[in-house]
Amino acid sequence: MSFILRNREIALAIIIALMVTGIGIYAPPFVSPDNISYVLDDTSILFMMVLGQMMVILTRGIDLSVASNIALSGMISASLAESSPNLPVITYIALAIVTGTILGLINGSLIAFVGIPPIVMTLGTLAAFRGLIVVYGGGNQVNASEMGAVFQGFPKIPILGVTSTFWIMVALSIGVFVFLNMTRAGRGLYAVGGNPEAARYCGIDLSRQQLLVYTLSGAIAGLCGYLWTARYGVAYSEIASGFELTVIAACVIGGVSIAGGVGTVPGALLGALFLGVIVNALPVMQITPFWQMAISGFVILTAVILNARSEKRGIKLILPEARRAAGGTP
Amino acid sequence: MNDTSPSIATKRQPVADKAPWSLADFVLRWESILVLLLIAVVIGNTWRSPYFLDIYNLSDATQNFAEKAIVALPMALLILVREIDLSVAAIIALASLMTGLAAQAGVPAPLLFLVGPLVGMACGLFNGTLVTRIGLPSIVVTIGTMSLFRGIAQVVLGDQVIATYPSGYTDYGQSYLIKWPPLYLSFIIFLVLAVVFALVLHRTAFGRKLYAIGNNPVAARFSGIPVERIRFWLFVLTGLLAGLAAALLTARIGSTRPNIALGWELEIITMVILGGVSIAGGSGTIHGVMLAVFIIGLIIFGLSLLNVPGIVISVLLGTLLILSLAAPLLLRRLLRR
Repeated sequence: MSFILRNREIALAIIIALMVTGIGIYAPPFVSPDNISYVLDDTSILFMMVLGQMMVILTRGIDLSVASNIALSGMISASLAESSPNLPVITYIALAIVTGTILGLINGSLIAFVGIPPIVMTLGTLAAFRGLIVVYGGGNQVNASEMGAVFQGFPKIPILGVTSTFWIMVALSIGVFVFLNMTRAGRGLYAVGGNPEAARYCGIDLSRQQLLVYTLSGAIAGLCGYLWTARYGVAYSEIASGFELTVIAACVIGGVSIAGGVGTVPGALLGALFLGVIVNALPVMQITPFWQMAISGFVILTAVILNARSEKRGIKLILPEARRAAGGTP
Repeated sequence: MNDTSPSIATKRQPVADKAPWSLADFVLRWESILVLLLIAVVIGNTWRSPYFLDIYNLSDATQNFAEKAIVALPMALLILVREIDLSVAAIIALASLMTGLAAQAGVPAPLLFLVGPLVGMACGLFNGTLVTRIGLPSIVVTIGTMSLFRGIAQVVLGDQVIATYPSGYTDYGQSYLIKWPPLYLSFIIFLVLAVVFALVLHRTAFGRKLYAIGNNPVAARFSGIPVERIRFWLFVLTGLLAGLAAALLTARIGSTRPNIALGWELEIITMVILGGVSIAGGSGTIHGVMLAVFIIGLIIFGLSLLNVPGIVISVLLGTLLILSLAAPLLLRRLLRR
C-alpha cells in the first residue's frame, strides 16, 4: 500500500481511474469507446507538448514560448497550404517542424551560449513569436475553407479506432522515453538538472544540453502547430493563447519538479491525461466550461502541495533551535 | 601580550564601504544605458509624429501604463528576493470582479476604491502562505493561483459584463485629477509610490536587507534577517497593489470582463527585467524600473500614434527585452578577451 502511495505514477493513475469511473457512473456516455477515443485525440497535442516541456524543465529551465511557437509554425504551414493546397501532406508537416525547430534553436542558442536566463528569454520570444504571425501574415486569418482537404485531413485519419494524431503522440512518447532512459544524452538531462556542478565535473556540457532541449521543445511545438491548425481548421495570431501554462501545469501535476532533475515520461503523460479528462468531463457533468480554469488552478495547487509533502524536503531550517524543534539533528 | 601577533595599530587592513567612483562604471551602468534609450525613444517619436510632444497626449499615454507600472514596483522587490508572482493579472481580474459586485450591491463610490486593494491583499496572503509557510516554489504556486483567481472570476461572470459603475467612481479613472499639469490619478499614485519604493529600497536598512536576501538567502538568515517573513509580506504587498491597480483600471474602463488585464503579468515582468532587476535576485534599482516603465510606455504610445498594431509592437518589446539582456553579456565577454 505504501509503495503505491509513494509511487506517484501509480497513485496518479489510480486517481484518474477513480475519476473516470465516477464520471462514468454519473454519465455513462463518457466511458463509451467513441468518447474515450475522442478524449485521447483531444488531449494528444497536450501529451506531446508536455514531453517537450518536461525535457526543458529537467535541466532547470522553462519554455514559455511554446504556445506562440505553435501559433507561428501553424500559421506558416497553413499559409503554404493556402497558396498550394495539393502538395503531399508531409511537406506541410515538415515545414511546421522546421519552423518550430528554428524557433527553438533561437531560444536554445541565446540561453546556452549568451547565458540569458531561460524564463526571461522565452518570455521575450513568447511575445515576439506571436507578434511575428501578424508581421508575416499581415493580420489575416487562414480559414478551414482556404486550407484544403489534404492539409486538414491527415490528423483525423482513423487508425484502429483512434486518430493518426494519437498514434503520432504514441510514437513520440516512446521516442522520448527511450531517449531519456537509454541514451547518454537523455541521462545527462537528469544529471544537469539534479546537480549542474557535479554534471560539469563528469564532463556533461550544460550548454549543449540546453541547446538540445530547447530545440527539441521547439520541434515538438512546430509539429503540434501543424496538428493544431489542421485539427481546428483555423490559423490566426491568437490560437493556443495561454496554452504554455496548461502545459507547465500538466508537468507539475505529473510530478516533474520545477527545480529540475525529477520527472518521468509516464508521470508527465498522466499529468496531461488528468487535465484532459477534467476538460472533457465538464460538459458531460453539465458544468459550465467557465469552471475549467478554476478547477485546473485548484488541481495544480493540490498537486504541488502533495509533491512537497512526498519529497519531504520542505522548508530549509538553518537555525539550530528551529531544527531541534523540527526534530532534526541540532 | 604575544609579540608574534600582528599589532592592530600597524597592520590595519582597509575595507572600502563603497567601490571607488569611475567614469567607465558610470557610463556602462544599466541605468545610464536606459537613459540613452529613453532619449532615443523620445527623439524618434518626436521626429516621426507631430502629435507626440503634446502635454495632453502624453498625459493620456500615462493611462495606458500607469496601472501596470504600479504593480511593477512590488514585483521588482519580489524578483529582488528571488521570488516571482505570475498571478498579478488574475488578482486584478478577481479584484475588479469584487469591485463590480460591490457596485451592484450599492456600495458608495469612495468605498469602491477599497474593495480592490482588500481583495488583492487577501490573494497576496494566500500566495505568500503557500510559498513561505509550506515552502513551495513561487513560480508553480502563482501559475496555480493565476488559474484559480481568474477561474473564480470566470465562474462568477460567465460571459457577462459588469458595467454598472457609479459616475462618482469612474470619474476618478477617466478625468484629470489635477487640471494643470494634466495628471490622472493612476499616474500620480505611481509617481508617489515610486518615490516611496526608491527611498525604502535605496535609503533604509530594510532595503539593504532585501538585497542581502536576494544575494544569499541562507547568509541573510544567519545575519538575523527574517527571510521568509519578509518574502511573505512582499507577496501581500504585491497583491495589495495589484488590487489597487484593479480599482484604477476598473474605474478607467468602467466595466469588468473575465478577460480583463489578460497577459499583464508578462508585460509587468518585462518592465521589471528591462529595468535591470536580475531574475536571479539580488540586484536592480527602482529608478531602473521607472526608466523601463517610461521607455515601454512611450514606445507603445509612439507606435500606436503611427497606427502600428499592438501585436507588432510586442515583437519589438520582446526583442528589446532579449537584446537588453544579451548586449551586456556579449559586451562583457568581448571586453574580457
